[in-house]
Amino acid sequence: MKRIIGGEEDSNNSSSKSPPRTCKKVRKQTSEEAEAVVVSELPGSEWARLPQELLLHIFQYLPLLDRAYASQVCRRWNQTFHMPELWRYFEFELNQPASSYLKATHPDLIKQIIKRHSNHLQYVSLKVDSSTESAVAACDILSQLVNCSLKTLGLISTARPSFMEVPKSHFISALTVVFLNSKSLSSLKIDDTPVDDPSLKVLVANNSDTLKLLKMSSCPHVSPAGILCVADQCHGLRELALNYHLLSDELLLALSSEKHVHLEHLRIDVVSENPGQHFHTIKKTSWDAMVRHSPKFNLVMYFFLYEDEFDPFFNEESPVTHLYFGRSVSKEVLGRVGLHCPRLVELVVCANGLRPLDEELIRIAKHCTQLSAIGLGECEVSCSAFVEFVKMCGRRLSQLSIMEEVLIPDHKYSLDEIHWEVSKHLGRVWFPDMMPTW
Amino acid sequence: MVVNSVHWFRKGLRLHDNPVLQEALNGADTVRCIYILDPWFAGAANVGINRWRFLLETLEDLDDSLKKLNSRLFVVRGQPTNVFPRLFKEWKVTRLTFEYDPEPYGKERDGAIIKMAQEFGVEAIVRNSHTLYNLDRIIEANNNSPPLTFKRFQTIVSRLELPRRPLPPITQQQMDKCCTKISDNHDQLYSIPSLEELGFRTAGLSPAVWKGGESESLDRLNKHLDKKVWVANFEHPRVNTCSLYASPTGLSPYLRFGCLSCKVLYYNLRELYMKLRKRCSPPLSLFSQLLWREFFYTAATNNPNFDRMEGNPICVQIPWDQNPEALAKWAEGRTGFPWIDAIMTQLRIEGWIHHLARHAVACFLTRGDLWISWESGMKVFEELLLDADWSVNAGSWMWLSCSAFFQQFFHCYCPVGFGRRTDPSGDFIRRYIPILKDYPNRYIYEPWNAPESVQRAANCVVGVDYPKPMINHAEGSRLNIERMKQVYQQLSHYRGLSLLASVPTIQEEAEPPMTDESQSSSGPDSPPKSPADSEAAVCSTAPDSSTVCPYPDLEGAVDSQPSQTVWASSGSHTQPAVAITSSSHPLSTPTQSNLSRSKPSPPLCPPMSPSPSSAMTKTQPISQGQRRKGLACEVRRSQRQQGRQSFTLAAREGESRAEEEEEEAGGEEMMEEDIEQGEERMEEETAAGHQL
Repeated sequence: MKRIIGGEEDSNNSSSKSPPRTCKKVRKQTSEEAEAVVVSELPGSEWARLPQELLLHIFQYLPLLDRAYASQVCRRWNQTFHMPELWRYFEFELNQPASSYLKATHPDLIKQIIKRHSNHLQYVSLKVDSSTESAVAACDILSQLVNCSLKTLGLISTARPSFMEVPKSHFISALTVVFLNSKSLSSLKIDDTPVDDPSLKVLVANNSDTLKLLKMSSCPHVSPAGILCVADQCHGLRELALNYHLLSDELLLALSSEKHVHLEHLRIDVVSENPGQHFHTIKKTSWDAMVRHSPKFNLVMYFFLYEDEFDPFFNEESPVTHLYFGRSVSKEVLGRVGLHCPRLVELVVCANGLRPLDEELIRIAKHCTQLSAIGLGECEVSCSAFVEFVKMCGRRLSQLSIMEEVLIPDHKYSLDEIHWEVSKHLGRVWFPDMMPTW
Repeated sequence: MVVNSVHWFRKGLRLHDNPVLQEALNGADTVRCIYILDPWFAGAANVGINRWRFLLETLEDLDDSLKKLNSRLFVVRGQPTNVFPRLFKEWKVTRLTFEYDPEPYGKERDGAIIKMAQEFGVEAIVRNSHTLYNLDRIIEANNNSPPLTFKRFQTIVSRLELPRRPLPPITQQQMDKCCTKISDNHDQLYSIPSLEELGFRTAGLSPAVWKGGESESLDRLNKHLDKKVWVANFEHPRVNTCSLYASPTGLSPYLRFGCLSCKVLYYNLRELYMKLRKRCSPPLSLFSQLLWREFFYTAATNNPNFDRMEGNPICVQIPWDQNPEALAKWAEGRTGFPWIDAIMTQLRIEGWIHHLARHAVACFLTRGDLWISWESGMKVFEELLLDADWSVNAGSWMWLSCSAFFQQFFHCYCPVGFGRRTDPSGDFIRRYIPILKDYPNRYIYEPWNAPESVQRAANCVVGVDYPKPMINHAEGSRLNIERMKQVYQQLSHYRGLSLLASVPTIQEEAEPPMTDESQSSSGPDSPPKSPADSEAAVCSTAPDSSTVCPYPDLEGAVDSQPSQTVWASSGSHTQPAVAITSSSHPLSTPTQSNLSRSKPSPPLCPPMSPSPSSAMTKTQPISQGQRRKGLACEVRRSQRQQGRQSFTLAAREGESRAEEEEEEAGGEEMMEEDIEQGEERMEEETAAGHQL
């Protein structure tokens, strides 16, 4: 029976001690699980006749380790342990002790899965820490997934973009293994990776009918033409995340073509590499085509720009729904946002200059009639303007976050009063955010 | 019977408002005031020279004050457990007094000493005077769990009676009654050591900016109060360049060492306010600094793992990077960001930085730029920061790194813009990084962007004379915001809390569908999401995410278990769990969600236990608009019905932030007359939920 968990176990003394400990652990649980205790006490009772579907169902709630222990109870439980249903979802965690505080998926377990269950895997994510070794290990796993058909794949860097450190050819060949074999990928998250145009072509050639979600923010080796090829072929694409330099009028038109399903979410990161970088503009007609084709789509934009780089943005009406300004943004730009973003739902401003944002907020309240969430970081606002803003938006503001220290008390409201006043207009109790003053 | 008292000073290094010292004197024939110090250990401990200097100056001051009362301070070399048996015998001690230490480590140490005293027939007297309130009372008033949001804490505190009034200083008369003869070789045996004796090199040490001692603290208190009168309003003063410098009215290090009683500060502020404003009771915001301190003490007092991520039930598990090189650059002020480097230099030289400066460097190290664990930053502060209390330091770091206490994480301080807004001239930087002094204001916060000619003219070329920025802030914060989102999106109980994490995605459809059906059937297209991904999976087993979450809330838990058992169990359960999942076994737990990993046994939490589902049926009449409240109440119910598990602590609090605010409304309604309509209605809804 031990063989089943892993042949390598014989070389591992601690494993033989572990199972009884798990039983104890089970016993400690709440009354709902009290029956489970019986198993260890009365083997061969009616528990043995438990239909496999039920057993499977129970197993689905157990973490892998506990399932592994349970699999040692009897042959039938062991068979259940290996049922494909239990191996469809797997998250590989690849961490090195030197660079992460978190535990990693044991290499032996990875081997086991590849050997016995790789054909069952359908929903796979690989989480890597900041080390290149981890990213390389993730690529090694990918390149072994030859006989499986994945539906979702996520490559997730939990600390720094370590996939970017892997030799590009190595990464691409591993990734294309999945693209070639899967044929029915519906979700692909490959942010911060060296994916390139040719590999996207392989993706499209094999998965164009099924692809619904593609997230590839900060993939510097992809060109606008590369992503255009995806949009042209994958008509089922409903969610797309990419950087602004990949966004083009052609891309928007491709996504708005008749053959294409309605797009639901488009996420754009606008990141400046060097101060003073120049950004292209997108024609209003292209955005209009998008909105006509997918009237409900969300346009999520993250800006990480220097203040003087905003010239190309918000000069015309923009269909943006979620706006995040990660760096300081000028009053002028926020004024333009207030005029030109009628679909705005969520607005986060991390910082602006030294002057209060009063008129800009009022303008946003007036023109952005869908706005329901706002977060303000280092943005000074006078208390009366803030109250006025909340009053105009009223109860549709489901999220309202501002730090206490940037609210400027004035002749109308003190800091103590503002909490009552804002709560009144929101119809719920509200407080400004506080930071320790210690 | 002869009473020979020993008063053991640790914190509370003062003669004013020292209730337990009064106890020592009360009816005693002799009293000796001691401080125990291990010179050998001193150099090894993670405490920097400034903190030692401050302590030694404080002890000198204490000794001087005692001399004036014909007594002395006895500094005893050694470790408490070794020292006391000797002293008990040598001095025929019958009474031992010391101030209550609310921190877990201190409680354990004191427990052992009390037991030892009992064995020697020595009466031990302990009194609380380091905090305003009895922390156990706060915890009790919050249904036996420490409040985990500051608002909640304020609400609880406002319901308590005022802190005990401070006591007058020890008088000559009191001391005369129990005067102990000081032996001639006192200075030989019990003198206050020098920094050199503790193993520090003092050559080139700059003069202390913060002078330790009770006398200094009382001077400062007067100046502090004068300044308040002068400012004449008690609003938060707006931060400007001056705020960044060490102020002669600053008090935090004195509160840390107990040179100044927090109650003395509290009552002075209170009386001053009432005198100036002619109002009956001052607002809580008057005491906000003291209350923050109290808040973190309360959160930490029963949590021995409060200073770490692993095994800490209130700490969000974040996959921080380990990067000793980057950490060293930060700690030594070599990041290449003048604002960060100036602050870290000020911290190292002077031992104190403004709280906004703390926010700036803490954010930079953790969630803002470097993505390094808050624990590393906390340790650097512990070494350098004069006012670093264990509880307050760890708590602040968790707060600033968004690891606990339910913070919005969307806002990262910019290492360029934040400083510029606070001090547009850059004089603060010129003072602490003199090499940049000739930079024009425009570039002083970002010297790497200055044209080469400007760099040369300022005699400081970036990359040669001053480091290049160690990270591209725009890129770093973009990545880190994504990382934070990843973490928070996994925490189902934080749902609806953070702005960014609520940005929609079609995820549900592209990933394993988590409907009721998929869980119950095992058809080919209904894969179970990793069952071990307990947080997410458990929540999604409910047909609608807003109907039921079996994670109980903490704040709203009206009849939750006593917190002591919760905390205690977390400690005792963690170890076996860790042992099981240790990598010595071929099977690790690869798919556990981050938060649950360090928790004792999350995966075994029954995902569809009968109690929440019964709650579900009962709540069906609740309308859409009331859902959230309904959820809160169900959660509360289910908590009562199920056995509590410690791992959900953080979960509960997040889940309940919304309704907690509602509860707070209740609290304030009691206090304040003007009841707002909206809140009233919400209270009703909450009440209705309770009755379900």
